[in-house]
Amino acid sequence: MSGNFEEKIKNYRTAPFDARFPNTNQTRNCYQNYLDYHRCKKVLSAKNQKTTPCEWYRRVYKSLCPIAWVQKWDEQRQSG
Amino acid sequence: MAHPSQLGFQDAASPVMEELLHFHDHTLMIVFLISTLVLYIIVAMVVTKLTDKLILDSQEIEIIWTLLPAIILILIALPSLRILYLMDEINDPHLTIKAMGHQWYWSYEYTDYEDLGFDSYMIPTQDLTPGQFRLLETDHRMVIPVESPVRILVSADDVLHSWAVPCLGIKMDAVPGRLNQTAFITSRPGVFYGQCSEICGANHSFMPIVVEAVPLEHFENWSSMMLEDT
Repeated sequence: MSGNFEEKIKNYRTAPFDARFPNTNQTRNCYQNYLDYHRCKKVLSAKNQKTTPCEWYRRVYKSLCPIAWVQKWDEQRQSG
Repeated sequence: MAHPSQLGFQDAASPVMEELLHFHDHTLMIVFLISTLVLYIIVAMVVTKLTDKLILDSQEIEIIWTLLPAIILILIALPSLRILYLMDEINDPHLTIKAMGHQWYWSYEYTDYEDLGFDSYMIPTQDLTPGQFRLLETDHRMVIPVESPVRILVSADDVLHSWAVPCLGIKMDAVPGRLNQTAFITSRPGVFYGQCSEICGANHSFMPIVVEAVPLEHFENWSSMMLEDT
């Protein structure tokens, strides 16, 4: 399972089609992956586990989300 | 790109645009045939010396001019729906690029691997070199690998814009706070021009889009070079 996952990350080209967001508006797709990454990281860090499984969400949100949006959200998270 | 005194579409550079072009030709031919027929009938009615004051109805011609338009409409609708569903096909992109509209330039972000982002301003007319196109050239082009499915996510930073490239058959509105997705494949290498297609202020006509499709090795060299520069 983790072998497959590592291969998936290694062969990552770009965010694949996500059936949850089939339409033109991909705003939610970007936002959802950003949230999923940070939640995943938070949960795994709280359990003192490695955050490698969260890497997929990070790659996807990096592909989809405009840099300016990510910066804005990062600032918002930092200021609570 | 567009040529002076051009009437038809620009040469297609993607399979979808080719289909749209052929569909347009097919529909326009039907329109021309109907118009010619109607014009002929009008002229014939006006110049004829035959009169018959007792014609009241005719079942046969009523049937013909009901069925024939229905058949013609079906002949138009079937290719139209085919293309509609073709455009909506789930594709598996190899590359994602974000096109962000600003007042008054586009910025492109390639963030699949590294964070590459750059702005694309129009080259002012006085700075053009001979052979370049007025109001269409930009300092940095959006380079993509040829024959690779590319996903473009269009958004805007301030006001509404619209990312349009006629050769590829693409027009997608850039709405602040929204990420609109469109995808295409270029069937041939080349340089394809487009212009902002939603009024966005004083320099709305001066924020063009240039897409350059190159072989994959050239694309990789270009992106390494751009990353070094930024």
